[in-house]
Amino acid sequence: MGDVLAAWRPAAGEPRARRAGSLRVEHIMGTAIGIDMRDERGISPDALDGIFDWLRGVDATFSPFREASEVCRLGRGELREEECSPRLRHVLALCDDLCRTSGGYFDARHHRSDGAVDPTGLVKGWSIDEAAAMLEDAGARNYCINAGGDVVASGEPAPGRPWRVGVRHPRERDRVAAVLSLRGGAVATSGEYERGRHIVDPHGHRPPSGLLSLTVTGPSMTYADAYATAAFAMGRDGPAWVASHPGYGACAITDAGRIVWTPEAYRLRA
Amino acid sequence: MPRRAIVAIAATAVALVLLISFKTPPDAGLAGIGSSRLVAVGDPPAFGTVPSLDPGAQDRSPVTVPPTAAPPEPGAGQRPRPRNGTATAPSTAPVTPAPATPPPAAGAFSGQVVGPVVDTQFGSVQVRATVSGGRIVDVAAVQLPFDRRRSAEISQYVEPILRNEALQAQSAQVDVVSGATYTSEAYAESLQGALDQAHG
Repeated sequence: MGDVLAAWRPAAGEPRARRAGSLRVEHIMGTAIGIDMRDERGISPDALDGIFDWLRGVDATFSPFREASEVCRLGRGELREEECSPRLRHVLALCDDLCRTSGGYFDARHHRSDGAVDPTGLVKGWSIDEAAAMLEDAGARNYCINAGGDVVASGEPAPGRPWRVGVRHPRERDRVAAVLSLRGGAVATSGEYERGRHIVDPHGHRPPSGLLSLTVTGPSMTYADAYATAAFAMGRDGPAWVASHPGYGACAITDAGRIVWTPEAYRLRA
Repeated sequence: MPRRAIVAIAATAVALVLLISFKTPPDAGLAGIGSSRLVAVGDPPAFGTVPSLDPGAQDRSPVTVPPTAAPPEPGAGQRPRPRNGTATAPSTAPVTPAPATPPPAAGAFSGQVVGPVVDTQFGSVQVRATVSGGRIVDVAAVQLPFDRRRSAEISQYVEPILRNEALQAQSAQVDVVSGATYTSEAYAESLQGALDQAHG
């Protein structure tokens, strides 16, 4: 179906209207986190430093790859859950809530072979929401955070126009399959085209079929990210499940080369 | 311009309307998460293979497409209509002429065709197809059943990724790209990296 999966390549090198601003990208949590600010008066450098410091602190607490992280200590039984930091307990409570509402499709407690709890699937989304709140507290209004393909956008990149968020083409990494237009909100995508097939249906323990990627839009990155993970695992039933949550929408790319939109996401289609 | 081609395009638009209201029985395997209200996704056949729903439509649905300066914004003019719970037979619904995009390619139809309003059990649906050189390059909804109280029940909108062919000519730009989590290594090669450099 490659011919059906036609895509376009954004024009390279064309100047685009934009405000004065700053972009800073750092590699944290195994991915690239970029904060793109477009306010006429940016926030103080100290405030921006503080946000990246905080994100590195989240990685130190939650990383499943750092032996000294709280999550690893919890997994080894060196800590009991009630002894964990408030933010780890908060994230675990969010995970349990999502496990219930997703019918087990988002499950932080039972997806690892060693049985250890692993909230990794929620940590990035939650931490990006927190970073956005810190940016707002510091006075930022027109900004975009991109954490490894999960995007929170606010305000406008240039006066009078919304942020244009491309949905990556699942088979061609330098192309987009759709464009969303928004002045506030989160866009998160799950797919199987990066990092191998790491999402499995928790009920059948098989990779989901039917979808190449699924993108969720909504007010919160915490939920958009988790819904994208769960809905992608549901396969073709995923978009309708996302639509059952007020304020959230989905666009999914099927293995037949088509895009399935729910009304909430279709409203944002550029 | 060949009238047959226009009618075929209109038939395709009608077929898309029907696909929008496509509904299959709920998946019993998803009990517990509101599955009784889920709507399964049905992939439509590829464009160009959609058969005319009513061969006689050619005789009853004359279409004229007057040229105008610019097409309306996709999605403009969405007007929710009250549901009446009955489906209109697509083959007898009128095909509304719509503005065309200039200039028409020699010998092949270029322009826009608006399909009929079709009342489904979920509400009214209408689509508009943009045609260039006899090929459908974009399909946009003029009306969709946006009833928020029933948002989980209404059908989903399925379209081919053909829209991008139309966008290809427009130097459509994006500020940022959402994708499944990429690694730092992949980031270096990705479109996002290129965009960041362009911004930086």
